[in-house]
Parts: sequence; C-alpha cells; structure tokens
Amino acid sequence: MSDPKNADPKDEVRWVDEPALGFWESTFVPAIVQGLRTTIRHVVDRKPVTQQFPEQKPELPPNYRGVHRLNRDEQGRVKCVACFMCATACPAHCIAIEAAPAPWEDRDKYPATFVIDELKCIYCGMCEEACPCDAIELTSQFDISAISREQMLFDREKLLSIYDATANLPDDPVRTHRGALGPASELEVQPASPPTRPVGDPAKEAVVGPKPTPKEPAGANLVAPHLPIPGAPTYSDAASAPRRRKDG
Amino acid sequence: MSLSDLIVTILVISVTLGGTLGICSYLIWLERKLSAAMQDRLGPNRVGPAGLFQPIADGLKFILKEEFTPKYVDKFLFTLAPCVSVFTTLLAFAVVPFGPMERTFEWFRFVVAPGVDIGLVFVFAVTSLAVYGIILGGWASNNKYSVLGALRSSAQVISYELPLGMSVLGIALLSGTLNLEQIAMKQGAVGILGWNVWVQPLACLIFFTAALAESNRLPFDLPECEQELVGGYHTEYSAMKFAMFFLAEYAHVITVSFLTSILFFGAWYFPGISTPTSDYPLAWVVGLAVLFFKVLCCIVFIMLLRWTIPRFRFDQLMNLAWKGLIPLALLNVVCVMLTLHFDQSRWWLALTSIGLFLGAGALSLTLQRSPRPTSSVALRRAA
Repeated sequence: MSDPKNADPKDEVRWVDEPALGFWESTFVPAIVQGLRTTIRHVVDRKPVTQQFPEQKPELPPNYRGVHRLNRDEQGRVKCVACFMCATACPAHCIAIEAAPAPWEDRDKYPATFVIDELKCIYCGMCEEACPCDAIELTSQFDISAISREQMLFDREKLLSIYDATANLPDDPVRTHRGALGPASELEVQPASPPTRPVGDPAKEAVVGPKPTPKEPAGANLVAPHLPIPGAPTYSDAASAPRRRKDG
Repeated sequence: MSLSDLIVTILVISVTLGGTLGICSYLIWLERKLSAAMQDRLGPNRVGPAGLFQPIADGLKFILKEEFTPKYVDKFLFTLAPCVSVFTTLLAFAVVPFGPMERTFEWFRFVVAPGVDIGLVFVFAVTSLAVYGIILGGWASNNKYSVLGALRSSAQVISYELPLGMSVLGIALLSGTLNLEQIAMKQGAVGILGWNVWVQPLACLIFFTAALAESNRLPFDLPECEQELVGGYHTEYSAMKFAMFFLAEYAHVITVSFLTSILFFGAWYFPGISTPTSDYPLAWVVGLAVLFFKVLCCIVFIMLLRWTIPRFRFDQLMNLAWKGLIPLALLNVVCVMLTLHFDQSRWWLALTSIGLFLGAGALSLTLQRSPRPTSSVALRRAA
C-alpha cells in the first residue's frame, strides 16, 4: 500500500459522479410538483398516527419489559429466596438484596430488603432470566414517575405492591409457576432436617446478612410456614411449562 | 391635515397593526396544524378546541418567560435588533392596500398611507432594511454562530434583492405606475385576463422565489439553519425578543402574500364576484374577502413549500440567485421594454416568459459540470 504504483485498484477512492440532470430536472419543476403532490396528499387524506397517550394507552408488544415486580407465592409470601442470582446477573448493578433466614420452613433465606434502583436499571430482563424461582418479573408497566431519585429506589414492599396491582391484569399474568415457589425449591433431594437457624453464629450471620428477623416486617403478608405446597407443580412440570407468556 | 384625517389614520393604523399581529399568531397555529397534517401528526390540540387557544398560550409564555440577556452582548444593539426587525416589516405594510380601494369610507380606508406614488419602491426599500435587524442581532450577540447566521443572511438578502426588484420592474413598466393601488385597479379594469400573472408568469415565479428568500423562510432559511448554526442569528435571544424575530418573519410572509396577490393576481377583484362596477350592498366586504382568500392561498402555498423542498446549500442559494434568477429577471425586463417600445401586444410577453424559462433549462443542460478528475492514485500510476 505504501507504493502507490502497486496499489490494488480495489483500494482506490472511487469517484461516483452524480447523474446528469435532464432538461426538466434542471428547471426544478417536476421535483417540486412531485413533492407538493406528496405533501398535499397528506393534508387532504389525513391519517394521523399520533397516540394520545394519557387517554389512549399504547399497544405494547407482548415481550415488553417495564418495571419489575416481586411475585408472591400462593400464600401471599414473597417468592424470592434471596439467592442473589438476579443481583449477580444484573449488568447495571441496580439490585441490592440483604438476605435473612426465612421465617418459613420451606426455604433457607428470604430477602430482608430488596431494593431495585429503577433509574439505574436498563430493563434488560436478565434478572428475570436468572431467577431460579420466578420471583422477579418485568411487567408491562412503563409510566412510573417520581419527584426524587430516592423515590425511584423501589424496595420490597413497593415491588410486592406492583405484583398486587398487576398480577391479575390481562397484560401481565404471572408467567410461570403461579403460586409455587419455583423449580429450585423443589429439588428431589430435600434437606432431611429443617434448615438450621444461624442464631448466635456470627460467622454465618456475616454471610447471610443482617440480624435475622424472626417475623416479616409490618405490611408483608405473613403466613404460617407451609410445606409441601399442595398443588404445586413438580420440577418436571416446570421444565415443560412455557417459560414466557404470550410468546409466539 | 385635519383632525378627522388624523383620527382616521390612527384608526387604520390600529386596525392594521392589530390585524396583522392577530393574523400572525393564528398563522402560527395554522402552520403547526398544517405541518402536523403533512407529517401524519395531530398538531396542537390540548389548549381549547382543536388547539385554537394555543397562540394565546404561546404569547403568554413568551411574555412571562425569563428574558435572559447574556453578559457580553452589546446591550443597546441587542435590544434594538428585534425592534428593527418588527418595525421594518410592519412599516412595509403602510403602503399595501388591504381592501377595495375604490370603496373608501369617510371614516375608514383600506390603506394606511394612501396615494404613495413610489409605493413599490417604498416596500422594497423598507423590507430590505429588515436585514439590519438580523445583522445587528447576530453581531451584538457576541456569538460566532449568531454572526455566521447574520452574515449568511446579509449575503442572501443582498443577492435576492436584485431579482426581487427586477421582477416587478416589468409590472411597473406595463402598468405605468409604482403605486400599488393603481397597479391593482389597472388589473381590475380589464377582468381576469388583465391579471399580471398571465403576461408576466416568469416575473411572478421570480418574485415569489426571491420574496421567500427575503423573508428567510424554508427552503431559504439559511440564517437560522439549526443543524449548522445552533439557532442562527437568534441563538442568544429568549422570551419576547425572540418572539419579535418570529413575529417579523410571519409579518413578512403576510406582506409577501399581499404583494403577490396585488401585483400578480388581481388584488381584490374576481370576475363575477367583485369587479370595479359591482354595486350591490356590502360589495366592500366581498372585495375584502376575495383579497384575503387570495392571500390565504398564497400563505398556505408558502407553508406547503416549507415542508416540501429541503433547504438549499449556500452555494446553491447563491447560484440560484446570480446564475438563475437575476439573468432571467433582466432578460424579462428587456422583453417588456421591447414590447412596449415597438407597441406590440402584451401577450407576446407570456410567450417570451415561457421561452426564457425553457431556454434557461436548456442552457443549464449544456453547462453541466465536467466529470471529476480521476483520483490522484490513478494519475500517479498513469505517469
């Protein structure tokens, strides 16, 4: 390439000449008439495509990814088992979970706090993909707003309230395992004994998070521990069940 | 001047000013609605039925907004510029008759300054002053983009003054007067065939194009082209000062439309509806309506053009004026002179206009740009 005489002709700059103007083109008249015809056609035959948003809701595609929700199981408890899979998968690092020993028999941990920064979130849906027990889902709600950044940090109660508001909407059915805890909690090999509570074990406490709360905070739906869940689909059911709703 | 004259003049001035400014605000509404329709949108529809109160809301916004003056501007010129802009465009309206002149009442007449014999010259002299507003605004802003916009504007306005003036020279020669009222009445006396557009179609085209360029409307809005110049000469302006530049542009559009209707399309006359001899009651209302309808058609056409033709590049703009419009206008004037001198029928001028237009097209065919030089690599290899 350094020697111009041996340059490959394909690498040369190719000059493209603009096509020569004809007689009518050089008078501008046909182009202007043609353009005016298009413009006038739109004025006469008005077909506005505007959606009047607050009054007229947009038709979202079925796989639209809006604000998150934390699903409840059939007893109204938070479904999340605080496994940190979503927080690990999250490319925007917008999920902050603090795990605590679960007050229920059917799982080890539950999220003492679960905060999603909805401003940091890029709505990629990886948390939903990662969740082993289908606890976190993206709804089709998009018109969230707040007057401060702090208000856009959605905590567990807020995310559960989104579930309450959207779970029975036709647009946002719970996609998988409604009411059940999810496949990860139904492994063939269940622990023989109830999980040991890390009471007074500082080493374990440091791992799982803050001081274990025996009861859920006020506002959460506290239901007595229940195992096994009647009518819960088995793991094989779950594998054959459609992963996403409305696809195809 | 008697007291009653003074009162009548003040009344006419207030009606003209109020009417022009009111029409301006609703022209903005019309333009927004029309451009929305052309782009398959709805346009303003929230303030009042069909957005009809939008201009009022806009006006309130402009008045109540913070009027920011940057720190390093020349404060006097910065404030003066929008005033000059509005003043000159409104002043041009002084000699433009906006209604049937032969039906003047004791208490009202349809022109602010009647019987100005150099009416046409006055209009062009004053409207070309409008470029002062733009240049002062751009220069006083102490901002490179503003200056660039202003300089473009001065080049553009100076270039397009020439074809603008020359295109109506033919009309002035044919009518034998520069008085706008006289020009209008001469057309009305003959009927629809007396309209100047039939004998001077080329002049009409040149006048309209040059007038569009004078009013800085698309496709000639180089001074404010956002992609290159942020906002052009009014980058630093806000609130009411900015609104005044905007107002000047729309007032200019109105003036241009009035001039086009009066000079070329028979003003307030239309055969069968409004003629100089029609004597039914309220004939003046019909005359007014006819003129306003023509003006509205003109304005809508300008708005249609705005969304049809993309903006010219600067060299294309200059080419169009200096290589296209000015020679054509000059030749057109020569044709008019020859026709008048040798006392030929005016209808020859229609033929010469068409001939000139086609000739220009044919000439530009032969003057096509030569093919580009081959690339330097190829040249060196050949050597």
